Parts: sequence; C-alpha cells; structure tokens
Amino acid sequence: MNTKKTVATALAAALGVSALAACGGGSDSEGSGGSKGSGSGGSSSTTVTLVTHESFAVSEKVLKEFTRSTGYTVKVLKSGDAGEALNKEILTKGSPQGDVFFGVDNTLLSRALDNGIFTSYEAKGLDQVGDAVELDRGRHRVTPVDTGDICVNYDKKYFADKKLAPPRTFDDLIKPEYKNLLVVENAATSSPGLGFLLGTVARYGEKGWQEYWKDLKENGVKVVDGWSEAYNEEFSGSAGGRKAKGERPLVVSYASSPPVEVLYADPQPAEAPTGVADGTCFRQIEFAGLLNGAKNEAGGKALLDFMVSKTFQEDLPLKMFVNPVLDGAKLPEIFTAHGTRIEQPPTVDPGTIADNREQWIQTWSSTVLR
Amino acid sequence: MAVPLAFFAVFFAHPVAAIVGRGLRIDGVWQFGRIGEVLGRDDLQRVLWFTTWQAVVSTVLTLLIALPGAYVLARFSFPGKKLLRAVVTVPFVLPTVVVGSAFLALVGRGGVLDELWGVRLDGTVWAILLAHVFFNYAVVVRTVGGLWGQLDPRQEEAARVLGAGRFTAWRRVTLPVLTPAVAAAALMVFLFTFTSFGIVQILGGPTTATLEVEIYRQTAQLLDLRTAAVLTLVQFAVVGTVLAVHARAVRRREGALRLVDPERAARPVRGAGQRALLAGVLLTVAVLLLTPLAVLVERSFDTSGGYGLDHYRSLGTLDEAGGAFLVPPIEAVGNSLEYALAATAVAVLVGSLAAAALTRRAGRLTRGFDALLMLPLGVSAVTVGFGFLIALDEPPLDLRSSWILVPLAQALVGTPFVVRTMLPVLRAVDGRLREAAAVLGASPLRVWREVDFPLVSRALLISAGFAFAVSLGEFGATVFLARPDQPTLPVAVARLLSRPGELNYGQAMALSTILMVVCAVALFLLERIRVRPSSSASPSASSSASSATAAAF
Repeated sequence: MNTKKTVATALAAALGVSALAACGGGSDSEGSGGSKGSGSGGSSSTTVTLVTHESFAVSEKVLKEFTRSTGYTVKVLKSGDAGEALNKEILTKGSPQGDVFFGVDNTLLSRALDNGIFTSYEAKGLDQVGDAVELDRGRHRVTPVDTGDICVNYDKKYFADKKLAPPRTFDDLIKPEYKNLLVVENAATSSPGLGFLLGTVARYGEKGWQEYWKDLKENGVKVVDGWSEAYNEEFSGSAGGRKAKGERPLVVSYASSPPVEVLYADPQPAEAPTGVADGTCFRQIEFAGLLNGAKNEAGGKALLDFMVSKTFQEDLPLKMFVNPVLDGAKLPEIFTAHGTRIEQPPTVDPGTIADNREQWIQTWSSTVLR
Repeated sequence: MAVPLAFFAVFFAHPVAAIVGRGLRIDGVWQFGRIGEVLGRDDLQRVLWFTTWQAVVSTVLTLLIALPGAYVLARFSFPGKKLLRAVVTVPFVLPTVVVGSAFLALVGRGGVLDELWGVRLDGTVWAILLAHVFFNYAVVVRTVGGLWGQLDPRQEEAARVLGAGRFTAWRRVTLPVLTPAVAAAALMVFLFTFTSFGIVQILGGPTTATLEVEIYRQTAQLLDLRTAAVLTLVQFAVVGTVLAVHARAVRRREGALRLVDPERAARPVRGAGQRALLAGVLLTVAVLLLTPLAVLVERSFDTSGGYGLDHYRSLGTLDEAGGAFLVPPIEAVGNSLEYALAATAVAVLVGSLAAAALTRRAGRLTRGFDALLMLPLGVSAVTVGFGFLIALDEPPLDLRSSWILVPLAQALVGTPFVVRTMLPVLRAVDGRLREAAAVLGASPLRVWREVDFPLVSRALLISAGFAFAVSLGEFGATVFLARPDQPTLPVAVARLLSRPGELNYGQAMALSTILMVVCAVALFLLERIRVRPSSSASPSASSSASSATAAAF
C-alpha cells in the first residue's frame, strides 16, 4: 500500500518534470504563433481564406487582380474531395477553417443548407447570372459559380483499333461488347461519381436504377475513389492515364475533358484523343458561400463578388474545365472547337436528391462495392 | 489511480459518449433499435467479417514471422545488433499511410513487382496482410524480445543439468514466463490490425473496408453519424470481449522470474543451426522490412529529371496556387515533434501511474481498470478524433482550436503501450526482493530506487519510445484534429498522397523519408541509453537483495 504510493510519487516526480517541460514548450509556441487554430491562418484581416476541394484551380494572375482591386490576399486551402471538404465544415460548424467555401454542388447542396454552415450574402453581379442555376434564390446562402456536365468519356484510339463503335448511352454501357471497359468514381466519395449515379436515376427512375447497376457490375465496371485516380491513372485515353498505363477506355468524367486533352498535348493535335458519350450526362452546378463564423467576413464577401465577375468566370474553363454561369462570359476557343455541348441533360430535382441521396448512396454501395 | 482515471474520463469516455449520443439519440430519445437495423445490413456484416478474419490472419502471420526475430535479437550477440533492432522498429513508427504507399510502390501498378514479373497485389487482401506484418513485426520483437532478453539463461541451463532435454527445458522454464508477453504481443497486433485504417484505406481500394475505414467513410464522406456510432459500438464490443478474454487468460500467469541485464543473456552465435536461424531472420528483415523502405527512399529522390533533391527542396515552399496546406509542408516536421513530445510526456505519466497501480493491487476492480486502459486501442481513433471535436468545444473545456488537442488524442493511443510494456516487468519484480530490502532497513523510496528502478527503467524507456513513435505516426484521430496551418507529418503525407501528380507523390515520399529518419534516430538513441546502478547507493540494500534472490531460487 505504502510502497505503491511511493512508486507513484516517484514516477510522478520523475515524469512531471518532462511533462511540464513539454507543456511549457507548447505554450511558448502558442504565444509566438498567435495563429494556432485561428480559422484564417492569421489574425490579419488582409487575408481571406478560401476552403475548397482538390480540383479547385485558378490562375495566378486572376488572384493578383483580386488583390490589386480589393487589397485582400487569397489563401486557398484544399480540404479533401468535395464531399469530405464539406463534411469537415459541417462537423466544425461555427469554427470554420476559412472564410469562403467553394465547391458544394447541387447533389450536396441540401446537406450544406440544412446544417446551416453558410451566412446569407447576395453577391454583386448576380443579376447577370441565369435563374436556372440559382437554387437558393430566396436566401442567397450560396452563390452559383460554374456548371459542368458529367459524362462518360471514351478513348478514340482504342475503339478505332478494335473497330468497335464507342458507346453513346447508358443502355450501351451494359452491352457485352463493352465488358470490363468502364471505370467510374465512388458515388460516396466523389462528386462526378455521385453525378453519374444520379444520371442513371434520372434515366431509369427510382425503380430501375438498381437493376441497371447490377447489370453494370456484371459487365465488369471498376470503381475507384476519386476522379483523378479514375481519369489520370485508370483511363487509357488521357495523357496521365497513358503515362500510368491505364487499361480502361471508358471513364466517367466531364463533357469538357476532351478540350483539356488538346490543350495540354504538345504538339496540340487537330482532334481531341477522347470523345464524349452524350447520352450519359448529368448536369452539375457548383456553388460558393460565406462560412458561418468567418474571421474575415468583409474579405469573404469581396471574394464572392469576385467569383461571379467576368475576370474569374472567364478564367474558370481552362482551369477547372467547367462552364461559367455569367451571361456573356466568353468560352475559350479550344472549348468551342473541341467541346461537346450537352443541350438538355437529364437532371434530378434538388428536393428529390435531398430526400433520397443518403439512401441511394447506401444502396449503391451495397450493390456495387460489397 | 486517480490521475489515469480522471484522464480517461475526460479525454476518452466523455468524447466517445458524445459521439455515440449524437449518433443514437434523436430529439433526446435513445434509439437503440438503430443498432439492430445497422447490424442487419449485409454490406456492414461483410465489413465486420472481413475485419475479423484479416486481423486473425495478420496476427498469426506476424507471430510466425516475428518470433524467430525476437529470439535472435534477445539471445544472440552479433555485430550490428543495435542497428538491426532499430531498423526492425522503424516500420512501426511510420505513418500507416506511408506504409500503405510504400507497399503500393512495391506491389501496385507500375510497382517493383509489376515491372519485374507483372505481379500486382494492390486491392487484394495479400497486400494488406503483408503491410500488417511489416508494421507489427516490431511489436512482437519489442514486447517478447524485451523480456526474453532479460531472462537468465542459467535457469534453463540448470534444468538441462538436472536432466531435462533442450525442448523440455525451454517448455518448462522459459515458455511459462514468455507466455504473457507473447499473449500481450498477439493482443496488440490483433487490436492494431482489427482497427487498421491507413493501410487498408490505401491498399484496399474502395471495395475493401475494415470497421475503422467504414466508420471514417460513414462520418467523413457520408456524414451518417448514426451508422458510424453503431459501428463504433460494435468495435467497442469486440475489443472489449477480446480484452476480457485476454485478461482472464493471463491472470496469475505472470510468475516471478529472474531478470538479468540483457547484455548477460545474449551469447555469440554458435553452430550451423543458430547461424541458419540468424541468416533466416536477416533475410526476412531484408525482404519484408527493408525493401518497402528502400523503395520509399528511392521514390523520394526519383524526380522527372533523374535522381535529385528536388522533392526535398520543394517541401520548403508553399504552393501559391492553392495547396493542401497553409504553410510549407516542411513545417509539419516541427509540429509533429512538438506534439509527440507533449504526447509522450502525458502518456508515460498516465501509463506508469496506471501500471504501478495495477501492480500493487489485485482484485476485480483493478482488472477492470486494466482493460479500461486498453480500450483506446480498440476504439476507433477516428471516433476519438470526432469525439474531441464534438465534446471538447464548450467551456470549461473549449479545446477545439487549441494545440493541446492533438497531443492529448495521441497520448490516449500511446498510453496502453506504456502500460503493456511496463506491466509484465513491474509484475515480474519479485516482491520478496522489496521485503528483504525493507527488512534490512531501506526506506520505501530507497527500496524503489535500488530494487524496482534498475529493473523497470529499461521498460520505461522502451515504453517512452513506443509512445513517441505512436504519436509521431498517429493518423486516424489527428487527421481530424490537426488544423490546416498545423499539419503533422502523417497528415501532410496523406494529403499529398491524395492529390494527383508526380510532385505531390515525390513530396509525400520525401516527407515520409524524413519522418523515417527522425524516428530511427530517436529509437537508436533510446537503444543506447543504459541504466547503470547508481554507485553512490549503499551496498547493503542491493547486496542483501541479491542474496535474497539467490535464496529464493
């Protein structure tokens, strides 16, 4: 009994010293840093922090333009893929990692709004944006920034070599001649993956899509976690995929992906190496919003204004390969020459998505993954 | 007893309860029906089944492969032994994400095996099992070897002189003493592989999930906190059961044994059999442990323009166009070391107090306490991370944006190691030594200093090393707690790996290599520390203690 106490005391004495030393060191660094855990990575109000997903990209000169005209410097924090980045903000609601969040799309919008992570703000210049993409028109908690069509892309060379016509529709994808050719993203973790799933829901209805996916699984569909893995590693038609010896000539990507292949090829080919199966599309709208509890609200508002300005909107296509939402924003020539315009892609009503999304993803996971 | 209990109540029970409550309470009403609902889902049943069988197979494989290594390192002396011991430990301190990517570089597409023979194992359970053995080899070598190296070989020799055969002598003398250590090692490996996260995440692909990975997916990707909470409870139940069985099995198996200085137990290698054994162990270590590490280092220097330091140089710069961080990646090194030091201090303090309390007491309460301390190993680190975020966010404990959050979570994971390493040794100290010394007039403090401390100090150091390593490599909880401007090394590596492009990959490999070197150096220093009996001590207590020991046998 007595010895026990002694042992404990002695240990405590021996270790207490080091514990105190460690704590001391810690609080020192807290004092000097001053920014430990502060959302915008510094207390200076000239910095505005944009939290976003891995696929976000913007030109250096465009950000400089923003700094020149407003005085704010933008820090960009990529916080995982679209779903994960959003969930992190929801879980730390009220103590956000930044001021503005970009990258919540129409498939996840309800989750963001229901959890109240955004503060209402009507961006200047919103009147130049089409009504069709404004899904929170009553309260302006989010601002539409871009749209993209999620479609299956095919490797032209593969199908030419095989003397096989590339697939065009959802129905084609389950035909035996396309067995083991398609790679898709995980609907639970990736927005194009979820978009593709919703496309099948729009096409086959709430009764038929599960059957369709069973057939797709039978037909050897491969699932990977994210878009970049699917497109840049598994897909045989992209520059990255060719380098990584990708083996699948069909991938779920965007209608704007072929022009990108032209853009980054050296020398630029006369024709894109990949094509779009225009009967497999789903339209995605991406939004940005001012985070609740933002350290730099004024800077955040300025950034939202900027995101629907012509400068930013015309920079989007070649950086993120999406379409601008601003009326009169010019598309780069490479888009008009090599892109595929999807006129009326099937879509699912946001309310329906909100009510069923989790269930659909669960069902999809059990059907396809396990 | 009070300190560890309070620590666990505030930083473990409370956060976990918070997240479970958030998952199972709807409008203030407990919805236990959800448990059955979730367990009825066949995809989740499959996850549970996969988690269990891969953990069992991983544990068996690790024991088979690592026990010879433990023996060789404990019993033989040969040049380079210290280095080998440090090398063997390095895998264990690597972040699991790095282990995963190193194996990916080895068995994945375009990996070494793929280039040589067109063999690809990524996405198969084999890659996961191999990585688990790689990772846990050290656990067995350290836990079992640590004790094995301190057993007096003369006891076995005495049995041989008295006519026992070699095997019988080993079975009757050494095995009973080793059993608790082997069981403890097996338990640790099982808990580790059962709750494996980073490795499975990387090597398994989206179709393979352990409970831990599934909990992460349900929370981070689907935001389905209810399902996550139920899965946490399931994991809790399994781990609790395993721990209870273990506690029952080893109770009173830890006999008093003679511990000697490990230097004295090791003998030079003699004879063909021993040489073959040593060669086999060295070969295993080379193939299984060194190859992935070598691939890792090679990749860190492999730039688009041939071999060079480009990846290392780029660690000091911030990706202006928007990176995964708000600070240059190299700052993660400093953060990680700071956190790990603080976490180690907390873990060693809490763990030793707990171990001391457990040694001196017997009875039902103590056994429960023992198991309680092991629980953090089996509770999802992810859950702990989330729990911290949810539970520690209001006064009086609003730590959500405090730096201390990360080391506290890491200490929680490190403490069981301290307890497990200290306990067998503390329990094995013969009480009669203390009594003898006390009878001869030594004060309690003096008894502790002369009797316990020399025997225990080594275990203390080893456990501190373990705690440090665990904190450095901890990923599951840290991934949620580390702020973007304060990334730790594993978090930085994981973020870089999750982004496409050669530079990110190279940077991840470079950071991993840095982490590997830091850990190797730290462990090597630990290995070199030897506790000498203090010369100023009066000989009375110690000599009488040794005569008391002699009389005891």
